[in-house]
Amino acid sequence: MPPLTRWLVKAALLYLVAALVLGVAVQLPVAGRYPLLAVLWPTYLHVLVVGWLTQLIFGVAYWLFPRYSAERPRGSERLGWAMFVLLNAGLLLRIVGEPWRALGHGGHAVLLVSAVAQLLAVWAFVLNTWPRLKER
Amino acid sequence: MPRLSVWMVRTALLALAAGAALGAVLLADPSFAGGVARWRPLHAELLTVGWTVQLAFGVAYWILPRFRSGSERGREELGWAAFVLVNLGVVLVGVGRSVPGAESWALAGRSAEGLAAAAFAAQAWPRVKPFR
Repeated sequence: MPPLTRWLVKAALLYLVAALVLGVAVQLPVAGRYPLLAVLWPTYLHVLVVGWLTQLIFGVAYWLFPRYSAERPRGSERLGWAMFVLLNAGLLLRIVGEPWRALGHGGHAVLLVSAVAQLLAVWAFVLNTWPRLKER
Repeated sequence: MPRLSVWMVRTALLALAAGAALGAVLLADPSFAGGVARWRPLHAELLTVGWTVQLAFGVAYWILPRFRSGSERGREELGWAAFVLVNLGVVLVGVGRSVPGAESWALAGRSAEGLAAAAFAAQAWPRVKPFR
């Protein structure tokens, strides 16, 4: 398993645990009484589907999809690492910024940076994966 | 990788790229341009069915055990039917749930997705077997 896959899958596992803890928090009977818990639903959802599911897919696809070439079996390793950093930086900014904005404290700039980082991460993954999908 | 898997995984990547772009606009400012928030159902549909489900179809078609005789991956036409129906469904559901008055599109889209699932399951079912 390549190092990038190990980082992606381990980060995904951490997000899985975090998402399920958040899932408990938003379902607590007292959640409605605490403004922070009341606004965490979209954050919980994205920690689960981006942090866990999508990141796990990225890691396994980077490892197992057909090789690009003998010299560069997994395409651009640099693009892969950029994807990992951008995805996780973007998601962490979202985890902080989204509840912050929902509670009326602003945070638009943080979420703008988060949105751009996650989008670039996804596009980096698409760019790196596309040429590895070859008919045989 | 068989041709159908290449098409499914590449289309899933396009759905991922488009769904993430829409999601980025929604996250940056939910009230952006006065109407982008309306497209949230399309964002969700692209990423759940267009990306995740379709990726699973493509990878499963590639990697499930093959047959020793006859067509090695079974009934390929069912796989192609699943490919066409699932993408038709994503567009119809995404637009139907985002545009007021187009709810009937969403119903047609969900039906197409259901048929895609049935076609894919029928294709994959006999391939779920021990290696020999």
